[in-house]
Amino acid sequence: MHELSIAFGIVKIAEAETAKAKAKEVALIELEIGTLTGIEFESLDYVWPSAVKDTVLENAVKRINIITGKAKCADCDAIFEIEKIYDSCPICDSYLKGIIQGKELRVKALEVI
Amino acid sequence: MCGTCGCGSEENGITIQNPVEVKAHIHDHTHAHDDHHHHHGEGHSHSHEHTHDHHHKTVLKVEQDILQHNEVMAARNRGYFDAKNILALNLVSSPGSGKTAILECTLTDLKDEISFSVIEGDQQTLNDADRIAAIKIPVIQINTGKGCHLESDMVYEAVKKLDIRDNSVLMIENVGNLVCPSMFNLGESKRVVIISTTEGVDKPIKYPDMFHTSDICIINKIDLLPYLNIDIEQLKKYALKVNPKLQFFEVSATTGEGMDAWYKWLRENNKL
Repeated sequence: MHELSIAFGIVKIAEAETAKAKAKEVALIELEIGTLTGIEFESLDYVWPSAVKDTVLENAVKRINIITGKAKCADCDAIFEIEKIYDSCPICDSYLKGIIQGKELRVKALEVI
Repeated sequence: MCGTCGCGSEENGITIQNPVEVKAHIHDHTHAHDDHHHHHGEGHSHSHEHTHDHHHKTVLKVEQDILQHNEVMAARNRGYFDAKNILALNLVSSPGSGKTAILECTLTDLKDEISFSVIEGDQQTLNDADRIAAIKIPVIQINTGKGCHLESDMVYEAVKKLDIRDNSVLMIENVGNLVCPSMFNLGESKRVVIISTTEGVDKPIKYPDMFHTSDICIINKIDLLPYLNIDIEQLKKYALKVNPKLQFFEVSATTGEGMDAWYKWLRENNKL
């Protein structure tokens, strides 16, 4: 259940940014989460209420932009979509690749009041 | 902070201690969790979608990595390890694969030629640290409470309590968990994933993140192979699909079989 640590990380960032902007609370938080990060969205939803309780995020709407995985083949340079971290290149079947998208785990923006 | 329900407790519920020092100083931490459990029960079914038109809204472009704090602290650890020429290994695996047994075996056999120190991570107890301390190796135990993995700031605090020698090897035994620790960089030089022959060939593709982020894969308990129906070559094939750069060692920490190749790697990477 590392999603709780992640949720606390989000709260920490939101608290700091809200204080910096001298705002009261967050109305909307926009997150970017890649499908290859190892985050279970259901688990994040499950821990969210307890993580944000009594913080600036308590009443915030959480919006998640899900980013799908993409890799570049290290053998033939093809760029392809991956669903699983061990998907092979559809052109040359190599497993050697660099992940270029899908590992995002980011607070993109906050709408504060 | 309690890793499951988020309730506050002393020092975030994490304790970092030297087993030799705590011998005479054992106390029980029984804090009441009852007050907090209603968090999960709360329905939160009402919509938060209402707008606050009467308030002034400001949009802040944050663009900050959620794991940034962990990465920053990991970089601090790495700088310290680099400066002192310490080979820091992060040992990860499911519970019961034999991380501590491999450590015991390795430390016992090599302690005369390599200088070791150990950080043990478990949710509870000093048991593992006691096993290491029995071999007379400096060790610090991190108890994560309800937390399911080590984070770099815990290692940072533990390192401060260990007087690690230059040119030595630091073994960090992570919490037994094949999922969560994969996301948390501790600043290690290499990540070592351990899998035992009793676990099933498809573990690497069932839990790919851990194998993807590791450099070394130790297959333990090979002494049990005659009694098991497991195809090690297939296991390696799966692991290489996830991470084509993985380097394997097949060992038995019980009989010592195969440990020599692992020791050779340690000697070569512990450059004096």
